[in-house]
Amino acid sequence: MNSLILNAATRLLVALMLLFSVYMLLRGHNEPGGGFIGGLIAAIGFALYAMAHGTAAARRALRFDPAAISVVGLGIALLAGLSAALAGDALFTGQWWFAGAIDGEKGLPISTVLLFDIGVYLVVVGAALTIALALEDET
Amino acid sequence: MSWLLSLPIVLPFAMAILAFLFRANGRSGRWLSIGGSVLLLAAAVGLMIAVLQRGVIAAQMGGWPAPFGITLVADLLSAVMVVITAIIGLAVAIYALADIDARREALGYHVLFQVLLAGVSGAFLTGDLFNLYVWFEVMLIASFGLLVLGGDKEQLDGGIKYVALNLVSTAMFLSGIGMLYGLTGTLNMADLHLAVRDVENTGLLTVIAVLFIVAFGVKAAVFPLFFWLPASYHTPPVAISAIFAGLLTKVGVYALIRMFTMVFTQDIGYTHGLLLAIAVLTMITGVLGAAAQNEFRKILSFHIVSQIGYMVLGLALYTPLALVGAVFYLVHHIIVKANLFLVSGIAKRLTGSFNLAAVGGLYKSSPLLAVLFLVPAFSLAGFPPLSGFWAKFLLVKASLDIGAYLVAGTALLVGILTVFSMTKIWAEVFWKPHPEDVAPALRLVERGNLTALLVPVTGLAVMTVMIGFFPEPFIGFAERAAAQLLDPTGYVTAVLGASP
Repeated sequence: MNSLILNAATRLLVALMLLFSVYMLLRGHNEPGGGFIGGLIAAIGFALYAMAHGTAAARRALRFDPAAISVVGLGIALLAGLSAALAGDALFTGQWWFAGAIDGEKGLPISTVLLFDIGVYLVVVGAALTIALALEDET
Repeated sequence: MSWLLSLPIVLPFAMAILAFLFRANGRSGRWLSIGGSVLLLAAAVGLMIAVLQRGVIAAQMGGWPAPFGITLVADLLSAVMVVITAIIGLAVAIYALADIDARREALGYHVLFQVLLAGVSGAFLTGDLFNLYVWFEVMLIASFGLLVLGGDKEQLDGGIKYVALNLVSTAMFLSGIGMLYGLTGTLNMADLHLAVRDVENTGLLTVIAVLFIVAFGVKAAVFPLFFWLPASYHTPPVAISAIFAGLLTKVGVYALIRMFTMVFTQDIGYTHGLLLAIAVLTMITGVLGAAAQNEFRKILSFHIVSQIGYMVLGLALYTPLALVGAVFYLVHHIIVKANLFLVSGIAKRLTGSFNLAAVGGLYKSSPLLAVLFLVPAFSLAGFPPLSGFWAKFLLVKASLDIGAYLVAGTALLVGILTVFSMTKIWAEVFWKPHPEDVAPALRLVERGNLTALLVPVTGLAVMTVMIGFFPEPFIGFAERAAAQLLDPTGYVTAVLGASP
């Protein structure tokens, strides 16, 4: 689609959407949000970019094959789930580290739950874009 | 414990990821596929041994106690289904060496194949209704990918029908889940078993039960919801249709058996009566549909439908012996049906067509293949002493025991009509001379391919004969599995009582 308004708006919107998708991903642990919805928002961003500038430009902006992104995401999610077994817990039990925890201070919580969510994020981005870009190629 | 139960799901997923990463490297995908299937078989056997020794085992994913988290459960039925999934997976992975072309491999055949195995194992092992829905989706996506992989026109046509009807079924399933959750407040199957007893609105519960019959009925391809199956199963490469024929519909049957022994047992007269009518009509329409076909794989596809009827019959009669028959039938049928599809692929390779009119002469030129066809074909029809005979015998005996003479008569009649179809294939493909006077001989296939084609077919045929000649341990096993189904106390305590 060749529209000046869309092209100009896309430049602003895509950056905002990608930022918002990461915000959603990080927010997801204790509030509504998470990898799935974050991934969908990111995918919409790239789909919009593909509509404004063509699929070739969108694929370039994405840098990696969307199918590869989703499989790598699956791998990350799987590893996050399996890592619990190393600690001797049931699979997919969340493992927590508190980076920089000094007594009294809790530190920055980092967990396999977040890693799992990042995996889900990538799976959703990859899968949704594989389909969306393929459909956009057809038209 | 947690490992044993999750390995049959985790392993294929890990293999799928590896197969994707190495997809540019032509042959490595094949060996990953075979290696993955061998590992899956080992994991499944390990699980089976644990279940035999310790009874029902359960694991809570993420350490969330049941009924709040996702529970994986294996009783004897789940364990045997996972073992048989691994066996068919291995057989098809070997067969695929010769059957799947390099183009389809590059498009990700091995990735989708492993994801499909993960989905099937997950569906058999989960103890949570919503998780079952997720595994159905995983299976649907992987199988749709496999069905249209390569993008032949015929494949796309079959794929659309397949996915459209399966989406309807999924929507039904999801509405059923929603209503059941609204009614009971839980989706853990063991917890549901207890919760449905306290439901006052039993009428609504029966409505939900019927929704589930429709949803799983589409998956299992029962009358009148089966038409997607003969429309799609003959389109993809043989290895793919063999794994579909062996496993996919049986997941629907498994889900029916699970739900209608564990949860929906409050109005057996209605729900199981409905299932009985469905079973009888499925048997008859399937076999009549097959009689009208003239394409090798289409005949086999209609016979899947008719055989599904027998399995549902075992559930519908709902006596101990009938459930033994259903479990036995399930295992026997997966082996035999996958094998028949694999044989059809070899016959096609030798004679050049699936169309019965255009082929022939195999008995004279390749007697070995003729024997390998006869074993599963007559087992399917229920000839003694092959495995199908015992399966049909158990079900007919079970119907006679409760005085359902009409049902028993139908089962026998459908058996005879199955013989008719199988002899039609036999006469056309094997006995009559090839119309173009070609002598299709096995030695014409190059050596490496020939081994890859014959090893799985022979292996499955040997299993059929073994089950036929030594049925006691298998029937004994089916009796124990059926006893667990009829009295889920062990299942419920394993899930709810032993949470960490």
